[in-house]
Amino acid sequence: MTVFIIRRLLQALLVVFMMSVIVFFGVNIVGDPVYMLVSPDADQADIEAAISRLGLDRPIWEQYGLFLKGAAQGDLGNSFIFGEPALKLILHHMPATMELAFSALFLAIVIGIPLGLYAGLYPDSRLSKGIMAASIFGFSLPTFWVGLMLIMLFAVELQWVPATGRGDLGSFLGIQSSIFTLDGLSHIFLPALNLALLKISLAIRLTRAGVREAMGLDYVKYARAKGLSTRRIIFVHVMKNIMIPVVTVMGLEFGSLIGFSVVTETIFAWPGMGKLLIDAILQLDRPVVVAYLMIIVLFFVLINLIVDILYSILDPRVRLQDQGA
Amino acid sequence: MSDMTAVTVPVAEPSPKVETPFQRFRAEFFESKIATVALGVFLIIVLLAVFAPWITPQNPYDLAQVSVMDGRLPPGSEAFDGYTMWLGSDGSGRDLYSAILYGLRISLTVGLASGVIALLIGMAIGLVAAYAGGRIEAIIMRIVDLQLSFPASLVALMMVAALGKGVDKIILALVIAQWAYYARTVRATALVERGKEYVEAAQCLGISRFRIVFRHILPNCMAPLIVVGTVQTASAISLEATLSFLGVGLPQTEPSIGVLIANGFEYMLSGRYWISVFPGLALLFTVVSINLVGDHLRDVLNPRLKK
Repeated sequence: MTVFIIRRLLQALLVVFMMSVIVFFGVNIVGDPVYMLVSPDADQADIEAAISRLGLDRPIWEQYGLFLKGAAQGDLGNSFIFGEPALKLILHHMPATMELAFSALFLAIVIGIPLGLYAGLYPDSRLSKGIMAASIFGFSLPTFWVGLMLIMLFAVELQWVPATGRGDLGSFLGIQSSIFTLDGLSHIFLPALNLALLKISLAIRLTRAGVREAMGLDYVKYARAKGLSTRRIIFVHVMKNIMIPVVTVMGLEFGSLIGFSVVTETIFAWPGMGKLLIDAILQLDRPVVVAYLMIIVLFFVLINLIVDILYSILDPRVRLQDQGA
Repeated sequence: MSDMTAVTVPVAEPSPKVETPFQRFRAEFFESKIATVALGVFLIIVLLAVFAPWITPQNPYDLAQVSVMDGRLPPGSEAFDGYTMWLGSDGSGRDLYSAILYGLRISLTVGLASGVIALLIGMAIGLVAAYAGGRIEAIIMRIVDLQLSFPASLVALMMVAALGKGVDKIILALVIAQWAYYARTVRATALVERGKEYVEAAQCLGISRFRIVFRHILPNCMAPLIVVGTVQTASAISLEATLSFLGVGLPQTEPSIGVLIANGFEYMLSGRYWISVFPGLALLFTVVSINLVGDHLRDVLNPRLKK
């Protein structure tokens, strides 16, 4: 077991290192940020001063060495635009993204699971067919377009909720978030729904498949024979069994929610990490781009590592197979 | 000699209807009304895009044909040059119907090109993994698994962040984001095929490994590849639109559907919905029709579901 975990840890480290090489060299070969930062009428001396201030005059592998050395100490370089440490900027924007992703996950679970339950219990009803058709659309509609439509309908035409920004922040247990004020809630509703759509479809399909499978199993028949009410069978016996896989998968999808939030944040002008990334790409703010990508890679590698280890504890075959390979 | 004539092989009656596999496939495919309609819609979209220069009232990127006077006109307005703008016009006075058809050309080209390239690369890598086995396979599949643990949209975003704008760079980013799906599919299918008797027979006949892989195993892997190919192409088109919408995909000089939607976004809050909505609908019809066709192809080509 320990050997397995150490192996996986080393692999994870290798991945992070490889990604740092790809990301750093990729990002640094594109564009020339100096000309974006120096005023157009600057003379040669000003430009050279800027170049040496930003460390751009050194060979790229030396820049990478410095970057690695800094990264090991938690310093991913300073933003060209803001002059602040890139890591600090990203951590500053992280809570907004997290609250958006958690809200979306919450919506996906409270909307998706009941709908999936209904569709699984009454697969032939009209409503179920409608739910399943809608879930196909949830899968194939591009997120950004749905976001535009949500803005058009709820913010422009009906004017129920605002279209952009984060609204007032409330504080609860030391955490600042939009979800603690009414104004904040009205701001987060549309972006969270937009981000959640794909996951709602996923939750519907997973729950439906689970329910349909479980309803034919012996323990359900036994519970029926025992004379339990249908309500009790469904909500106590069936739900308990299907919730484990559904919640596991939904938890795994959390990483992709953070990834997808780039799109949603841009549309709704939500001040999170994703919007920061897009702005940084457009302004050639390379340290911020590199830092964001490194954090996302780290995040995903961590999630995958935890999942792998959990699976190997739950299912010894995973571990044995890995040793065989 | 007379014996020979006596033992004539009983020749089967030349039946009027010999059903080739393709005919059977075609019959099964058109059984589904939804898939037939979706295929029709997709073909119409392709034709509209291909013949765009002959069926649009203006070339939206020829400055001589565009007038700023026509800017932001609602659908159905009459243009300065006399034709009717059925879908309205955008901020710089381009007829939206024309702009959408020209945009579809770019979107479809990028989607198909990246789909085909990713398919070829993924296929080659998957075949190598399946046939080489051992260490090479382990390494390749590790990389594939690793990449598939990141969502494709995120990989593509990382790539454009690193590569920058432009048609070639977007295609490269999409290929990098998608090859692993093909590699996984081909390898899984090829592994099953490799164990079959016809491969053993070919090996006994002394046919070279290379020939067995490409002439015998590969054709039998085509069905799942086609299914994955349609779905991935739809997702490539949608991904390109997303990246272009975010401003990190195609530049303004290559106005794909995504760029058009992005341009219309700023007018949306002031109620000029058509500049974003109509290109969006075009994208929607394209992606959904390809997905429906792919979904049905999966059912038709899946031998486990054969009656």
